[in-house]
Amino acid sequence: MLGRVNRPGNTGAVGRGTARGQTPGLIEAHELTKRFGDKVAVDHLSFTVEPGRVTGFLGPNGAGKSTTMRLICGLDRPDAGTAAIGGLAYHQLARPLATVGALLEARSAHPGRGARNHLLFLAQTQGFPARRADEVIDLVGLRDAARKRVGGFSLGMTQRLGIAAAMLGDPRVLLLDEPGNGLDPEGIRWVRTFMRQLAAEGRTVLVSSHLMSEMSVTADHLIVIGRGKLIADASTQEFIQRSSERSVLVRTPDPARLRKLITAEGGTVASEDSADGVASLAVTGIAAPRIGELAASASVVLHELTPRVASLEEAFMELTADSVEFGDASAGAGGANRGAR
Amino acid sequence: MTAAQAHSAAELRTAEPAGPPWHGFGRLLQAEWTKIRSVQSTVWSLLAFVVVAVGFSTLIATVISHDWNAPGNHPNHAELLADPTAVIFGAGLGLGQLAICVLGVIVITSEYSSGTIRASLLAVPKRIPMLAAKALVFAAIDLVASAVAVFAVFFISTAILRSHVSITLSQPGVTRAVIGAVVYLTVLGLFALAIGGLIRHTAGAIAIVIATVIVVPPLVGLIPGTIANHVHGYLPTVAGQLVAQTSQQPGDVTSGWQGFGVFCAWTAVLLAACGWLLVRRDA
Ligand SMILES: Nc1ncnc2c1ncn2[C@@H]1O[C@H](COP(=O)(O)OP(=O)(O)O)[C@@H](O)[C@H]1O
Ligand SMILES: [Mg+2]
Repeated sequence: MLGRVNRPGNTGAVGRGTARGQTPGLIEAHELTKRFGDKVAVDHLSFTVEPGRVTGFLGPNGAGKSTTMRLICGLDRPDAGTAAIGGLAYHQLARPLATVGALLEARSAHPGRGARNHLLFLAQTQGFPARRADEVIDLVGLRDAARKRVGGFSLGMTQRLGIAAAMLGDPRVLLLDEPGNGLDPEGIRWVRTFMRQLAAEGRTVLVSSHLMSEMSVTADHLIVIGRGKLIADASTQEFIQRSSERSVLVRTPDPARLRKLITAEGGTVASEDSADGVASLAVTGIAAPRIGELAASASVVLHELTPRVASLEEAFMELTADSVEFGDASAGAGGANRGAR
Repeated sequence: MTAAQAHSAAELRTAEPAGPPWHGFGRLLQAEWTKIRSVQSTVWSLLAFVVVAVGFSTLIATVISHDWNAPGNHPNHAELLADPTAVIFGAGLGLGQLAICVLGVIVITSEYSSGTIRASLLAVPKRIPMLAAKALVFAAIDLVASAVAVFAVFFISTAILRSHVSITLSQPGVTRAVIGAVVYLTVLGLFALAIGGLIRHTAGAIAIVIATVIVVPPLVGLIPGTIANHVHGYLPTVAGQLVAQTSQQPGDVTSGWQGFGVFCAWTAVLLAACGWLLVRRDA
């Protein structure tokens, strides 16, 4: 739909913008670290982003998502670690916009310049024909505003202009930092469909968000960070399963005996509350049917046995809350990663 | 979303022929030209420069001509005979050059204040070629605008003063001074651009450039002694402006072209620092 894209393994023009022997379009971050003064914004972060799927880059505000994206495309210099696209550092790309399209968080167009001229000068830097500017203007539906100055644009139009700039070189890799920002629901749907389509064409799509709900319907794969550190790296499917299997609610008038049975099986029990002599326990590490069997074998009365299907948002909050609570994110991250891999 | 994109995809990916380091530099020049011409503030600043320079020079020349035979002493008469271009250029270009300073600064600081720098550096991640292209394109525009302003100022002023004093390009040193004024204003733009690129904030950079051009020299000039006199003579714009004089004056530390060389050296060092920091700082 969006023009030909050289898929991995398909030779042809793939050679350019890719180091020999590397997967084109593969994004690799290796031990990326970035400090601002005392603040560690990105902390030994390693991950890879595969082509052909939408990868959600999740984390609460201030987690380091935008900084990581700026590091990947060479705007910020890392204090340690490397980032590569198709095996090359961003600044090694001969015609970067033909390989990578980036929509950054902050504004990046002069308010006094017309939208088309903004795209035109970018096209000229790469030696693209001027009509390419018109093509991407049509692509994002900005034709009526093409000659207008960017200063008069709404947030949504500015965002569309940013997407147009990212698509200028028909790139194999897209980095989109909170692309839904400022868009109305219709615009958000448009971006979502657009990203899915780009991934279906074999492109690499890394999209950041601080909203789990948004990512759960858009992303195939999730990279979750908190305080600059990796918390989880798993497919959205896995992530949902893992999250929802995390705990089982058990209500019993005999919590002491049940607790003993469960811990003997390797599960963990957290008591939530008790009312009228009935305790509510949150059990993790053992599935609901097995808890039922254990209780039955020891004749422990159960009033309720409910696998908890946490919403993704809850799972996300829980994950990132860990990284905030403990201060040392690796405590939370270790557990989460074990589940993911 | 569909057909429009399909036909150019292959074209965008066409392999880049290996070439010398400056390969592709032409398209950066083209892009910087698009940037400069597509923002009204730069176009207005250039116009303001020419209008202020020509307007103010015309006014001063008219006043001098009108008062020529009025009673009282006229120090500028002697000066006009000794160094005609210093008087002619002094007022109009002295004021007009501030517009060049502002323009040189905003050509680069506006990239930072608007965030365009991020788009620019995503497109040219090696960064230095972008700075070089910007400096070259701006210098070319500055050169043309300065030539227009300087020649207009010269011919209008000399025409107004013709009945009292004859000043022509064929007199010794006059052509050199006129060309000197053009190249001084051109390098001044680059000097301002370099400071803009170092400071990265419009107001701060303009303050520093203006201070360097019109505040610091008279202050240093007040300090007595030969050392202070030499320091004064090697200040960037003090040295740079000597080339716009018809003849060397007593007290000038260097000759016209030497002074211009000093100014160029200042500018080159600042531009190099600008480039050095550009590749090292976060955008
Ligand atoms: N240019 C900067 N100077 C100082 N601190 C910064 C800068 N950019 C980001 N930070 C800090 O780094 C942390 C990560 O920020 P950011 O990458 O924007 O997070 P996110 O995009 O996940 O919200 C935050 O604490 C932020 O305040
Ligand atoms: Mg952010």
